[in-house]
Amino acid sequence: MVTNFLLRALDRRTAIVLIAILGVGILLPVLNLATDPSSPFHVPTYVLTLLGKYLTYALLALAVDLVWGFCGILSLGHAAFFALGGYAMGMYLMRQIGDRGTYGNPLLPDFMVFLNWKELPWFWTGFDHFWFAAILVLLVPGILAFVFGWFAFRSRVTGVYLSIITQAMTYALLLAFFRNDMGFGGNNGLTDFKEILGFDIQADTTRGALFFASALALAAGFWICRAVIASKFGKVLVAVRDAESRTRFIGYRVEGYKLLVWTLSAMMAGVAGALYVPQIGIINPGEFAPANSIEAVIWVAVGGRGTLIGPIVGALLVSFGKTWFTSGMLAEYWLFVLGGLFVLVTLFLPKGVVGTFLARDRKKPAEKPIEDVVAPGAVGQAAE
Amino acid sequence: MTSTIEPVAHAKAKDSLLYLDGVSVSFDGFKALRGLSLVIEPGEMRAIIGPNGAGKTTMMDVITGKTKPDSGDVYFAGDTDLTRLDEAAIASLGIGRKFQKPTVFESHTVWDNIDLALAGDRKPFATLFHRTSQAEIARVEEILDTIRLTDKRDWLAANLSHGQKQWLEIGMLLAQEPKLLLVDEPAAGMTDAETAETAILLQEIARTKSVVVVEHDMTFVRDLGVKVTVLHEGSVLSEGSLDAASADPKVIEVYLGR
Repeated sequence: MVTNFLLRALDRRTAIVLIAILGVGILLPVLNLATDPSSPFHVPTYVLTLLGKYLTYALLALAVDLVWGFCGILSLGHAAFFALGGYAMGMYLMRQIGDRGTYGNPLLPDFMVFLNWKELPWFWTGFDHFWFAAILVLLVPGILAFVFGWFAFRSRVTGVYLSIITQAMTYALLLAFFRNDMGFGGNNGLTDFKEILGFDIQADTTRGALFFASALALAAGFWICRAVIASKFGKVLVAVRDAESRTRFIGYRVEGYKLLVWTLSAMMAGVAGALYVPQIGIINPGEFAPANSIEAVIWVAVGGRGTLIGPIVGALLVSFGKTWFTSGMLAEYWLFVLGGLFVLVTLFLPKGVVGTFLARDRKKPAEKPIEDVVAPGAVGQAAE
Repeated sequence: MTSTIEPVAHAKAKDSLLYLDGVSVSFDGFKALRGLSLVIEPGEMRAIIGPNGAGKTTMMDVITGKTKPDSGDVYFAGDTDLTRLDEAAIASLGIGRKFQKPTVFESHTVWDNIDLALAGDRKPFATLFHRTSQAEIARVEEILDTIRLTDKRDWLAANLSHGQKQWLEIGMLLAQEPKLLLVDEPAAGMTDAETAETAILLQEIARTKSVVVVEHDMTFVRDLGVKVTVLHEGSVLSEGSLDAASADPKVIEVYLGR
């Protein structure tokens, strides 16, 4: 059933995007590992890591677009799901340090030794195993989203009110994770990672593999979103976005639809966070900052919401811009640029870069009525 | 006390399709409906008229589950208590509703609009893995034909004219295969030709389904040629043929003033 569901969505355009993402995912690590540093084709490791980070951002943007662009749920808290996925992965990486920490304690991570804790808190059990962490990367954001959505959608909280409570959710988590006694490293978060699955996390080969894993996750996310949107379920989502009460009156229980797509989106964001952390080497409460969630919304707006390529393009473009801008003298003005970009895109490119320049061919019928209505009158006028 | 009254209500509601008895609704002290009673027989077409604020839209809200009444009984098909159900459940029972302002899914094609409304499993996972069957395609084509939009099937609904949107919405109601259609001001904003055609369309539909039409336009109501209920200040003022209702002194007073 699931295979069928995915294969059905595999049209030419989707296949091209998937091949492009995976092609980049293979090509760049190969160029990094197989070419000499003096070669013009060589991709330095720091570039690979930077681009790997962008790919996880693109996956986060895709998750935001799935709920915002197709179901009209503007989430200003998606970075929370991203960060929770990141923390789950970070906890696994912490356990891999073993006794190589500064204090050399074989049982406890450094920050727990520093806080004078004697034993591992119960919620850290199981994180020695990769499979356990991998499941929680999906489950923790998924369960939070499910519980949050169950209450919010049942109470029919929509529009700006929903956006505000998503913002409150991520802010509450930010404050909670800042506390040392939460047991997640407080202000400093989790860092100093050594190994992932037994491989040195700093090694070029590991970096290459993580880059490829990010590309693979992005491709999988794109394919799943494509299949969701192409299904009748996806059409109901768009119907909810356009006319929610009409959708109810033809018999769809809207809250169930929102809940399912919201939870799926949160899990995608969690995966993105889990791939982000080993490449960046740190996860701290700053990732829960409301500004991060808003930035993700801007990526989607710039790229084009309601298209699936849009958020990927938007995340890459804006992140490139950010890296370029913040490495120069104008670094402190970046937030103004970002805000200005959002205003300009909203005013002049409401469909975003992709929505404006690469609109799907099937939108063509939109022009038909104009011809039909205008043509007879125009002929009549010409005759006069 | 309610328990002794309920069986009586059931008995009276038994042969009706829609049964409203003593329904009252108030919003912040304003009584939108006061003791409204109305019975629609299976297969009946009924026109509801009344001045602004008479409670026509609130009545539709109560029937479709959007608003819960403060008191009174609302039964569908004899024994289903509509006051306990939500919009989606009521829609699945077979009550379709057309809004005053045409409400269609603007960024979907005409075809997809009908396809979404088509009777079927409405659960999220069912639609996720749904595959369109030949029977469904035939049904959509049949409805497009009824609402005269076959040549516009690939158009986005946003590009239809006002009148065409009204028809599309009626088509969506038909696709739900309802037993009862509630139609709110179908002729509003239509040209005379479109209004006449809409009346014919509704009469066609009424051959197989019960229809309740709320309308301001007297010519349109006359075109329909059905029993009329006049609402005023949240309750029924008069009921009968349009001519009888127009001759009723109470109706004349409400419409023309003292």
